[in-house]
Amino acid sequence: MAAAAATAATKGNGGGGGRAGAGEASGTRKKKGPGPLATAYLVIYNVVMTAGLRFNLKGIVPSSVVLTSFQVMSRVFIIWAVTHSVKEVQSEDSVLLFVIAWTITEIIRYSFYTFSLLNHLPYLIKWARYTLFIVLYPMGVSGELLTMYAALPFVRQAGLYSISLPNKYNFSFDYYAFLILIMISYIPIFPQLYFHMIHQRRKVLSHTEEHKKFE
Amino acid sequence: MCKHVEILDAKTREKLCFLDKVEPQATIAEIKNLFTKSHPQWYPARQSLRLDPKGKSLKDEDVLQKLPVGTTATFYFRDLGAQISWVTVFLTEYAGPLFIYLLFYFRVPFIYGHKYDFTSSRHTVVHLACICHSFHYVKRLLETLFVHRFSHGTMPLRNIFKNCTYYWGFAAWMAYYINHPLYTPPSYGAQQVKLALAIFVICQLGNFSIHMALRDLRPAGSKTRKIPYPTKNPFTWLFLLVSCPNYTYEVGSWIGFAIMTQCLPVALFSLVGFTQMTIWAKGKHRSYLKEFRDYPPLRMPIIPFLL
Repeated sequence: MAAAAATAATKGNGGGGGRAGAGEASGTRKKKGPGPLATAYLVIYNVVMTAGLRFNLKGIVPSSVVLTSFQVMSRVFIIWAVTHSVKEVQSEDSVLLFVIAWTITEIIRYSFYTFSLLNHLPYLIKWARYTLFIVLYPMGVSGELLTMYAALPFVRQAGLYSISLPNKYNFSFDYYAFLILIMISYIPIFPQLYFHMIHQRRKVLSHTEEHKKFE
Repeated sequence: MCKHVEILDAKTREKLCFLDKVEPQATIAEIKNLFTKSHPQWYPARQSLRLDPKGKSLKDEDVLQKLPVGTTATFYFRDLGAQISWVTVFLTEYAGPLFIYLLFYFRVPFIYGHKYDFTSSRHTVVHLACICHSFHYVKRLLETLFVHRFSHGTMPLRNIFKNCTYYWGFAAWMAYYINHPLYTPPSYGAQQVKLALAIFVICQLGNFSIHMALRDLRPAGSKTRKIPYPTKNPFTWLFLLVSCPNYTYEVGSWIGFAIMTQCLPVALFSLVGFTQMTIWAKGKHRSYLKEFRDYPPLRMPIIPFLL
């Protein structure tokens, strides 16, 4: 993960660039189906996100490295290893669902970081960051799970990313089973991340007195 | 002239215990034993006593008199959590792979298709691999019981779950492919197997030699640390070039095993092991450099000249 972050180009200011990229393209993202614009958006999005992680590691952005790494990894996986790889799911509503959820979340999140760095954080942004996730997070997760589920039959049919015995490296991998395992892993992982955010919300929003100086 | 000792909780500063009339020559170990009397759930192994709430733990051998304290010494206590002995952890984590590999080797039911139950592979290399793998873990078990002299008595309990998952999981994964009815023997045949076996055996002997040399550095029951040097045993001459040749040889053994079985999961296991051992070797190397002014400058942590 650190290696991935290190190899991603530092495309200028991770915070500002991400916001502009996400805001611009989300307008055009209204229609279903992929296309060069969507691909370009997703590439920029991914690169900026990974660059953002690098800033995180350098301590510029205050956020848990483990949690954000997790998030970046899972998003890169959904985009490249599922949505991009299985063309048939690209017209699913579930894709729209998670892209919208992620886009809104990121616009708010990067605004939050940018304003924090400028020492001028409007309460509205802080409130939005720590409240909207309540709806956006489950929305994104649902989109991700439904997309993976939709991809399953096509993965099985094409034997995508799978290798079976016998072969000279004595190795086998069943991508279909792997996807199912990933989906199951959401059961223990998602509640932990969700309740962590709820806990953070209680902590941050109850300290409004201290944060008045940012306004 | 006796001292008094008060023990406060490092986080809450609550007074947990007051010991009056403590001998100035008392060690931290003895004080821990006294503390356990009033708080039996905190046995000595899980106590961390420090002079400063955020400071480093005091060592069991430290003597009260030699510490920078007045007539009443104030120690801060932190609970290290449930502890388990190193020996127990090692024995459990090594016994698992030994046993698990054999389940796959003998093709116990419900692993491969029923028509393969209790059948035997027709490839010599598969039998050889079983001997090597089993030998490796038997060696580790015996070393744990008779060779190693541990610096610490215990480690946190959660480590046993983490470590066993790692060892047992990888053992099962490797064993599944090597003993599979559809296993494909190495591309270069007997030549490849012989070469790999030689690498494996040399590295096993090397690893054992280093363990013996390290053992001889430290008298039984002590925790002394000395710079290891090459001995008459040629396998120990690797000390000229690396700080932790035991890890070097260990990686070598697994590379040998990977070449012998031509099995990707073995290569991945070697890679993960190598990563972890490199982290440990670098830490050890750093400690050696910090502790000994005259530490040989040519030495690298784990790979001669490179890493």
